Amino acid sequence: AVSATSNPWRTSKSIHFLQKRDFCLGVLPDGVGRNSEAFAQNSKAMEGLISQLQSHINKVLAGGGEEAVKRNRKRNKLLPRERIDKLIDPGSSFLELSQLAGHELYGETLPSGGIITGIGPVHGRLCMFVANDPTVKGGTYYPITVKKHLRAQEIAAQCKLPCIYLVDSGGAFLPKQAEVFPDKDNFGRIFYNQAVMSAEGIPQIALVLGSCTAGGAYIPAMADESVMVKGNATIFLAGPPLVKAATGEEVSAEDLGGASVHCKTSGVSDYFAQDELHGLALGRNIIKNLHMAGKQGVMNGLHNLNPEYKEPLYDVKELRSIAPIDHKQAFDIRSVIARIVDGSEFDEFKKQYGTTLITGFARIFGQPVGILGNNGILFNESALKGAHFIELCTQRNIPLVFLQNITGFMVGSRSEANGIAKSGAKMVMAVSCAKVPKVTIMVGGSFGAGNYAMCGRAYSPNFLFLWPNAKISVMGGAQAASVLSQIETANKKKQGIQWTEEEQENFKSKITEAYEREGNCYYSTARLWDDGIIDPADTRKIIGFCISASLNRPLEDTKYGVFRM
Amino acid sequence: ESSSHDTKTTSRIEKILIANRGEIACRIMRTAKRLGIRTVAVYSDADRDSLHVKSADEAVHIGPPPARLSYLNGSAIVEAAIRTGAQAVHPGYGFLSESSDFATLCEDKGLSFVGPPASAIRDMGDKSASKRIMGAAGVPLVPGYHGSEQDIELMKSEADKIGYPILIKPTHGGGGKGMRIVQSPNEFVDSFLGAQREAAASFGINTILLEKYITKPRHIEVQIFGDKHGNVLHLYERDCSVQRRHQKIIEEAPAPNVMNDFRSHLGQAAVSAAKAVGYHNAGTVEFIVDTVSGQFYFMEMNTRLQVEHPVTEMIVGQDLVEWQISVANGEPLPINQSQVPLLGHAFEARIYAENVPKGFLPATGVLHHYRPVPVSPTVRVDTGVEQGDTVSMHYDPMIAKLVVSGENRAAALVKLKNCLSKFQVAGVPTNINFLQKLADHRAFENGNVETHFIEHYKDDLFTDPNNLTRAKETYDNARFNATLVAACLCEKEHSAIKSSLPGTNGLLPIWYSHPPFRAHHQASCTMELEWENEYDGSSSKFFTFSITYQSDGNYLIETEEVNSPGLEVKATLLHDQDFRVETDGVSMDVSLSAYSKDKIKHIHLWHGSHHYHFRQKLELDLSDDNEIQQKTNFETASHPPGTVVAPMAGLVVKVLVTDGTKVEEGQPILVLEAMKMEHVVKAPFTGYVHGLQVTAGQQVSDSSPLFSVKISKTKGEEATVP
Repeated sequence: AVSATSNPWRTSKSIHFLQKRDFCLGVLPDGVGRNSEAFAQNSKAMEGLISQLQSHINKVLAGGGEEAVKRNRKRNKLLPRERIDKLIDPGSSFLELSQLAGHELYGETLPSGGIITGIGPVHGRLCMFVANDPTVKGGTYYPITVKKHLRAQEIAAQCKLPCIYLVDSGGAFLPKQAEVFPDKDNFGRIFYNQAVMSAEGIPQIALVLGSCTAGGAYIPAMADESVMVKGNATIFLAGPPLVKAATGEEVSAEDLGGASVHCKTSGVSDYFAQDELHGLALGRNIIKNLHMAGKQGVMNGLHNLNPEYKEPLYDVKELRSIAPIDHKQAFDIRSVIARIVDGSEFDEFKKQYGTTLITGFARIFGQPVGILGNNGILFNESALKGAHFIELCTQRNIPLVFLQNITGFMVGSRSEANGIAKSGAKMVMAVSCAKVPKVTIMVGGSFGAGNYAMCGRAYSPNFLFLWPNAKISVMGGAQAASVLSQIETANKKKQGIQWTEEEQENFKSKITEAYEREGNCYYSTARLWDDGIIDPADTRKIIGFCISASLNRPLEDTKYGVFRM
Repeated sequence: ESSSHDTKTTSRIEKILIANRGEIACRIMRTAKRLGIRTVAVYSDADRDSLHVKSADEAVHIGPPPARLSYLNGSAIVEAAIRTGAQAVHPGYGFLSESSDFATLCEDKGLSFVGPPASAIRDMGDKSASKRIMGAAGVPLVPGYHGSEQDIELMKSEADKIGYPILIKPTHGGGGKGMRIVQSPNEFVDSFLGAQREAAASFGINTILLEKYITKPRHIEVQIFGDKHGNVLHLYERDCSVQRRHQKIIEEAPAPNVMNDFRSHLGQAAVSAAKAVGYHNAGTVEFIVDTVSGQFYFMEMNTRLQVEHPVTEMIVGQDLVEWQISVANGEPLPINQSQVPLLGHAFEARIYAENVPKGFLPATGVLHHYRPVPVSPTVRVDTGVEQGDTVSMHYDPMIAKLVVSGENRAAALVKLKNCLSKFQVAGVPTNINFLQKLADHRAFENGNVETHFIEHYKDDLFTDPNNLTRAKETYDNARFNATLVAACLCEKEHSAIKSSLPGTNGLLPIWYSHPPFRAHHQASCTMELEWENEYDGSSSKFFTFSITYQSDGNYLIETEEVNSPGLEVKATLLHDQDFRVETDGVSMDVSLSAYSKDKIKHIHLWHGSHHYHFRQKLELDLSDDNEIQQKTNFETASHPPGTVVAPMAGLVVKVLVTDGTKVEEGQPILVLEAMKMEHVVKAPFTGYVHGLQVTAGQQVSDSSPLFSVKISKTKGEEATVP
């Protein structure tokens, strides 16, 4: 053997060894049996779900139908997604939100809810886009349109993203005015949000590319800066027919509220655009000149960011083959994590304790994240571990990623006696109060209070996306049917009514069906209970976009309420 | 002993002024620097920032752009030499290089003129005198009759002596008037009388001269060199037959299809010619060679270093400028005739800024992109310009000389073609494509060069727009290359944006990862490219592409045309302007250059042996904006309709029309100056100007009426406004 002192390689070797240990410690195993029957079945099932999703998406991408699109082109107007393409930096990405909002929600189709929203960079600055689709019901606001507009503003406010409104709308959809106009989170809230965001220094920019009637007129009027396009853009509180009815004055739309009137005389608008392309270019210019607006003390993800990140060791496309369609079948969430995080490196926290909740540290595109993923029902220990881990991340300003596949908290006498409600409450408290960016992905089931503890919609994660296999409801359909039929049997018994086995089964299956329908991811996304359904293979990328957008704001300290001990 | 003593006392050149510009000035400086000789450039206003000025140790301004006021201003140049303490003046070629007066002036002022003695310049400068001297020295001249006796019988017998075919030509005049080619003796009388009549009618003088008509002439010239000790040698010949507008464009050395015997005869004749005028320094003796008979005749002698001297340098492995300087220093030639090597073959192609389809008219403009081929021991580029320089109207529009050499003619030609295809110039039209066609022509490949070469093969060398098969092929190629351009532009734009990102948001780069992310669909864009057909300016075509970013990072590029399936292209930016593109299993190198001029983006693509030029409209024209704003500002309610008021207080600088003039809408009427800005006041609509009373120099106040425009011409009629 070579003596330690005489070997010049020894020191460097030991350093090498240390580095190697640093890198290898948390590397997750592959975790996927590519040759297994389950793998093949899961892949096939997911393939079916994705192609179904794609066919729904293809329909909404076509907008409000061939005729309407043609009419739009004739007016030298682009479609809303094309408008956004011209506004964002060339060749850059756009994170569109809730593409299937309004899906089978009304008697008529309302592609993407009649409004396109999403995040993309303009001159290197992330912006929230809200673009009316004039080919869908003239760009009028249905209740879901309003909800989607408000959700975009909510994200913008939370992430401090400048808002660009591409206005081309006939205003509120009058037949549904009762659901659109009066309530707190209705039409009026749009302008309230504009005012409040502007006050916070979050730029509000309106590009008026078409009509902007009645209430809609306040969007450019409330904006910090606005652009109008000659010929196409009009802003007025009342259109020519209403003016004639009210005052007898006969006036053309252009003379009443065209770009000339508002850029030269009224001052309602600030920039006069010769045509739509010019208008969009002016929009880009406005963003270029924002400088520091709304940027004071921005966190910007600078903290501990590793610019030289590694891609996951395993193919991200295999995320399409992990989740079983049957929610009763379990899968190891680590195999999902291994395909999301840099270099598949995941340093697990409390690995041996509360093993049904996986917690640990990793990086995504170099940005440190804390990940919570379900590996079964939440027990006392799992909930306590979750609360502990969230506290760690909030102290360290580490964004949280929740990977939901949860059937709920453990029930039963032992569990209750152990204070599962208390433990669950601790985790819910921690999730609620955590002020770091939170991103939730539902990769499987999301049932009961598990949805809450794992940062469901009610816990205001910055973003929430679903895999196409996701299911959301207060409990499983079978359980609900069983519970309800037990109650029903008891009721009937009180009234002295006997019901047959068949009647009971009928009753149950109706409930199961309803749960099946309402727990479906399309039912959720149509109602904006989430920000969209994603291809599992895009999960890493989308979490990256979400965290990137969420880090666009100053740090905030987390303060917790009273933890029940 | 005494000669070595002489050399010591004679002051050697330590600083040299180059009385020229462009590539030749740069080329001379290169040698001078190698020899440790300091350099002085002279320049006109147009050349203040030129490469030859930057390359020199010192530079002296000598006058305004026109050559006669600067580069032809001998006294200013001599003064510059004295001011800077240069001992010698190198005249280059052109300008004052063949002015015996300038050579004399230099010598008179104690400056060494790097060139032949003034007497030799004078002797050779006079065409008929030089022929006389050469005839006397036994150098062959084109047989002919130049006598004043014009008797028809005598003329006919002279013609018989010369031998047919005969060229009959009036002694006066030009432009081919009265010229006749006579093939045989029985046509002579008719042709002679016809020529006489035409000459009399056109020029009033009917004197005729006879010369042997050379049906397939070649222009071959011999490089000679002499020292001040009476030694003269030749450095073989150059063939400069391929010419356009009487200017050489491709030269080579040695001349192709020439036997060694002939070569030494030619060389000997050239040496005799030089000796006959007591020549020293570099010179060129030009011969016309009758390719039918194999005879050669003296044409003229150029008493300077020629443009095409590098081809000779390549085949003899010598630096002629170095020789010129040492001869001027009084040293003997470094080698003798038997020591002159002959090393392979060399070509020179002159790259000009010119408009080939418009009859090789000189072109001017900015060299927005200029990337000559890399040099090597066998590839040489002599240039006087850099990227961003302007090829001005004042001087010769030559951009560069590309010189290549090879073991033999065929090897050198392969290299020439390759270098031409890689020689990148954008911003001005050039003859590169034409040179490529020349070099690629089978007759040229075979060395069948002659002075009528371009005329002779014009059908092959110029594109015939009526050749539909060819046009279709060219169009298809252009479309394919436009596809590559589209992919490269996307790739380039992408990398440009990514590298310009502000470094603040750590995760921001992921938004620019390739391909761009879209939720459940692929990002796409459209691009319109207008193809500039270099050889048929009238047929520019538009290609509209729809570009889809594929998930693997490739671009799917589709056109609106029917029957043209989309093409999937992968483009990788190697560096700056070089791309590797891959499509349909084939990958290739291309270079792309883009610049903007007059709201148009110009994109040039070099791919293989092809160069394509595309244009893209830059998106917006914002000029209307101002006009609209002005219009409303000018019209105010307090004045009658059509009245135009001053948009601001200011000074009237110019009044462009007179009262009563009919004007078009938007036509400038007068110019106001206010706040150090000029402001053009325009007619609000078409009509007649009324009441225009302000004059230049007058101060006007804000909103004061300046004039009005009315539909009718006379004041009496009711003014109406549209």
